[in-house]
Amino acid sequence: MEVQVKNLRKEFDRFPALDDVSLGIRSGELIALLGPSGSGKTTLLRLIAGLETPTEGAIFFGDEDASRKTVQERNVGFVFQHYALFRHMTVLENVSFGLKVRPSATRPSRQAIRERALELLDLVQLSGLEKRYPAQLSGGQRQRVALARAMAIEPKVLLLDEPFGALDAQVRRDLRRWLRAIHDTTGHTTVFVTHDQEEALELADRVVVMNKGRIEQIGTADEVYDAPGSPFVYGFIGESSSLPVTVEGGQVLIADRPIGLTATDVPDGKALLYYRPHDIELLDGCGGCIAGTVAASRRVAGTRRVELEVGGARERVEVELPIDHPAAQKSRIAFRPTRWKLFPMGEGRPEEKMSVSRSQPLQRELAPAEF
Amino acid sequence: MALDHVLGRSPAVSAVTETRGARLLLVAVAMAFLALFLFLPLVAVFIEAFRRGTGTYLAALAEPETLAAIRLTLTVAAIAVPLNLVFGVCAAWAIAKFEFKGKAFLTTLIDLPFSVSPVISGLVYVLLFGANSVLGPWLKSYGIEILFAVPGIVLATIFVTFPFVARELIPLMQEQGTGDEEAALSLGASGWQTFWRVTLPNIKWGLLYGVLLCNARAMGEFGAVSVVSGHVRGLTNTMPLQVEILYNEYNFVAAFAVASLLALLALVTLVLKSILEYRFGDAIAASNGH
Repeated sequence: MEVQVKNLRKEFDRFPALDDVSLGIRSGELIALLGPSGSGKTTLLRLIAGLETPTEGAIFFGDEDASRKTVQERNVGFVFQHYALFRHMTVLENVSFGLKVRPSATRPSRQAIRERALELLDLVQLSGLEKRYPAQLSGGQRQRVALARAMAIEPKVLLLDEPFGALDAQVRRDLRRWLRAIHDTTGHTTVFVTHDQEEALELADRVVVMNKGRIEQIGTADEVYDAPGSPFVYGFIGESSSLPVTVEGGQVLIADRPIGLTATDVPDGKALLYYRPHDIELLDGCGGCIAGTVAASRRVAGTRRVELEVGGARERVEVELPIDHPAAQKSRIAFRPTRWKLFPMGEGRPEEKMSVSRSQPLQRELAPAEF
Repeated sequence: MALDHVLGRSPAVSAVTETRGARLLLVAVAMAFLALFLFLPLVAVFIEAFRRGTGTYLAALAEPETLAAIRLTLTVAAIAVPLNLVFGVCAAWAIAKFEFKGKAFLTTLIDLPFSVSPVISGLVYVLLFGANSVLGPWLKSYGIEILFAVPGIVLATIFVTFPFVARELIPLMQEQGTGDEEAALSLGASGWQTFWRVTLPNIKWGLLYGVLLCNARAMGEFGAVSVVSGHVRGLTNTMPLQVEILYNEYNFVAAFAVASLLALLALVTLVLKSILEYRFGDAIAASNGH
């Protein structure tokens, strides 16, 4: 089922949680809503489900305007962050619930309901546990019961709120692959919310990056990682460093000295230079490079991350070096980014862009360090 | 642990452990107090009731006025408890699951019967429905008697016992949140189905517990009922009022016989409460582990 979100706005006590959000989800697609806390991703999911009513805008399921329907009529499968399993019902009763509460005209027979529920439990690999109560299951098992329960009503759309948020890292990785396999088998149009970029990039066909109630970028994992559309996306997805620079006649300057990068399509004036710490080349002499004093150095898995202070304002940036590279012993390092992007600090919203680059360390804290 | 290590203590010994003597003293004082003020009076009630043998005891209970008092008490409880069950669930539902203006005020209001003296609760109804009030004569012109009749007793009892069910449910429902209800709705259940199949089973132990306490208080209430009842023998005397009358007439055996029934009710309530707490505790543990 195709889902169209059109100019959606949602206010809580006049504070906009979502602001003019539009999104097209293709039939059978697995899509991730990715963003930091408070970016509006869960609000968007709950609006699609009908658990919240939009202040403005509409949601279409196919050609049908779903925003006029109640949550019961929308026929969506919603998996809650903490599963919300009915604790007084067995696993089987939980999975059958959606079919049992149907009006008698559309309700399958008792036997058919049981068969369907057992079939789903088999699909989520929980056969034999149908008589257990939720309290007797592990976190990962509860997660799978919640998914089976949501799929039992043959939903038009499957919506998952932080599906792996409450699980430990190992279980999370296993379930992630398993969810992808389930999706490929059943073909449900699926939207899931996550703050974990690794999860979003690995699992989803397309990633919707959200920030402050708006969509920053929509694209495949490759697109949002290799071609971030905004400073926020550059900072939020993957590792990145940024430096304030000046552009003059196609040349990129730091403290009036060219650094050997040419930018023909960027207007003259102040700009922010973004690059990833591993997309750099080290230089010996500095006839057009970025040179910095080593401020700190730490080992991150198989590489060494060196923090440099650059220019008079002592802006801090990072570069990544092989673990035994001699440059790590030096007190000054000269380098040049090999892949980079400039975001002009135009007249429009320079402060906001500055704040985006400043708030980077915070965003990195929000995303669990699973690199 | 680290601190214990630094201080050279074994982690198994708690820092707040008292000496053996102090512990014994504390336990002895507490036990003596309980025996003197709670257990002895209870025993005394039964001893007094059976002082002239079982025959006299049963005869005292079979007095028509006493039987009428027992019947009235049961009637009042049978009306007040179900009403407070419904009101309590509604109030707890509203407070725990919705945001609205005046919520804090409503929460405070629910506690009002606890903080007001029962005599005042009774007087409120005298002021409201008495001969000199606005409502009283008007209702009387339609032949409706509130004060010094059964309706007044029921109203006063409802007022006094209102908080029990609501107080019990509010924290429970707040802790459970709205997740389960949202899940049921998203699976297509109607509001009514959601209440019967999801909400009610989730709160059933807490609800039963609240009803039990509510019932005990409804049957045992003296102050508020005393003000509005008028003490008409055989008509508006509940069990606690009957005990007082019999006692004032120096009919000790009959007074203690009725009192023993009330004491028995208290004991049954305590036993059921303990059983429920045991079950209920399990349910809470299960829901927390969930």
